[in-house]
Amino acid sequence: MAIFEWEEVAIEVDEDGFMQEPDEWSERVALALASTEGVEELTDEHWHLVHYLREYYQKFGIAPMIRKLCKESGFPLKKVYELFPSGPAKGACKVAGLAKPTGCV
Amino acid sequence: MAETTKATGKLAELTTGPYPSFVKEIEAAAENNKMAQDLIGLLELSYNEKLCHWKHGGIVGVMGYGGGVIGRYCDEPEKFPNVSHFHTLRVNQPAGWFYKTEALRKICDMWEVRGSSIFNIHGSTGDIVLLGTTTPQLEPVFNDLTKMGFDLGGSGSVLRTPSCCVGPARCEWAMYDTLKCAYEQTMAFQDELHRPYFPYKFKFKFSGCPNDCVASIARSDMSFIGTWKDDIQIDKDKVLWYAEEKKLDIQNVVVDRCPTKCMAWDGKELHIDNRNCSRCMHCINVMHLALKPGKERGCTILLGAKAPILEGAQMSSVLIPFMKMEPPYNEDEPSYEDLPELIDAIWELWGEEGKNRERVGEFIQRIGMSNFLDAIGLEPVAEMVKHPRENPYVFYELGDDEDEGEEE
Repeated sequence: MAIFEWEEVAIEVDEDGFMQEPDEWSERVALALASTEGVEELTDEHWHLVHYLREYYQKFGIAPMIRKLCKESGFPLKKVYELFPSGPAKGACKVAGLAKPTGCV
Repeated sequence: MAETTKATGKLAELTTGPYPSFVKEIEAAAENNKMAQDLIGLLELSYNEKLCHWKHGGIVGVMGYGGGVIGRYCDEPEKFPNVSHFHTLRVNQPAGWFYKTEALRKICDMWEVRGSSIFNIHGSTGDIVLLGTTTPQLEPVFNDLTKMGFDLGGSGSVLRTPSCCVGPARCEWAMYDTLKCAYEQTMAFQDELHRPYFPYKFKFKFSGCPNDCVASIARSDMSFIGTWKDDIQIDKDKVLWYAEEKKLDIQNVVVDRCPTKCMAWDGKELHIDNRNCSRCMHCINVMHLALKPGKERGCTILLGAKAPILEGAQMSSVLIPFMKMEPPYNEDEPSYEDLPELIDAIWELWGEEGKNRERVGEFIQRIGMSNFLDAIGLEPVAEMVKHPRENPYVFYELGDDEDEGEEE
C-alpha cells in the first residue's frame, strides 16, 4: 500500500488516494489530501462540508447519498463541485478521510 | 514480464476461429503498445486460473465531472506494471453514430499515444469506450477530446449517455426524430449526465419504431419507441405483386405470424383489423413495399427496464401510450413539450424516495404502480400494459361461455 506524504503528514492510502485508516484523520491530513484534489485552500465552506461528512460517517459508517448531502449541508450540487472540483465522492469524501465509497460502473 | 505480443495457451484458442477475435486485436495492438502487451499476459493468467484479475471499483475522474471514467486496477501490478492502471473512459457518441472519418482518426491517434490503443464502440451503452489508460493521462485525454469536440459520457449514478437509433437519417420507419430527441435531452440534462445525483443509473434510449433497434425496451429505464395511432397504410397493388411476382406466401409468412391474429388474406386482398394491431412491425418488415405505418405518428414512453445486476432483469412497461413528438400539438394529448415536466416528476420522486442502488423499475415494484402514478400526477389508463394484449394491470375475468378453450 502506498504512503502519501505532504509536509509532516504521512498516511497510508489506497491506489485512488483514499485513507486506509480513517481514524488517523486530522485537519492537517485534510489539508494534505485536499492538495491532491485541486483544492488550494480550505475555506469555512469546505470545512462545513468536511465536518458534515465526518459526522455522518462516524454515526452511520458510510457516506451519505448525494441528495442527502446537499440537503443537509445546505449546498446545492453546483456549489459542492465549486468547492471540490473532482466531486463529492472523489474530492469531498477523500478530504474528509472517509473510506473509499463503493460504486458501480 | 517480458514483452508479450502473442497470446499462448487457452487465450490463443480464441484466435483460431474464422471470426473476428478480440485477442487478435489485442495482439495487433501489442506490437506497438506496452499496455496491450501486459494485457495479453494478464488475460492469459485469468484464463489459466479462471480468475478475474481486475479489482472491482476505483474512484478516478476528471475535474468538474463526477462520472465518465471507470477506475480499473489489476491485482498483479508487479507482474504487469503497464496495466496496473487500466481505466476506461466513456465518450458521448453523436446521435445515430455518424462521424466524419477524420473525427474517428483523431480519436484513434490520440488513444494510440495516451492509452492502450484499444477501444470498443457502440455496444449496449452506445458510447465510444476507450479501454485502458493511467490516472495521470485522464486530464490530458479529456482535454484532447474537448478540443476535438467530444465530451465524456455517463458512468455511475447519473443519467447515462442518451442513445438513439439512426432514425430518420437513414430509416423510413422512424416515427419521430430520434436524433433530435437524443441530442436535445443530452444538452438539456448536462448536469444530470456528468454529476451523480440519482440513487442509481438512469438510461434514456430512443427507438424510431417498434423494431426497437437500440433495444430500449430492455436496456433503458425510460424507453421512447416510435408508434402510430391510425391504420397501417396498404398499397393493394403492391400486396398482389408480393403474392404473384415475389411468390410470397402471405398466409403463412405474414398473416399466421401476426401475434394478435388481426389480419386476413383471401388471395386477393389483405385486411387488417387495426384496432387489434399491437404494432409489432412484422407484416411491415416482411412486405415493406406494400405496407407502411400509419400517418398519425408519435412515440410510446415506457419505464423501468434493467439488466439483472441486483434484482432480476425487467422490461420497460407502458407509461405514456402516445406522445405527439412534433407540432401541431393537441391540448388534450401528451406532447413533446410536456416531456421535461414528466422527467422532472419521475426524477424528483425516485430521487427523494429511491433507495441507494435502486433502479426506477425496482422502485415502482416496491411502492406499487398506482402509488407511483399518483405521485407523479398521471392518471392510470388501460393502455398502461406490460406487453400489448398481455398482462394488463387491469384484472378481468372471462365468463364461462366466453372461454374460447385455448388449452391445447
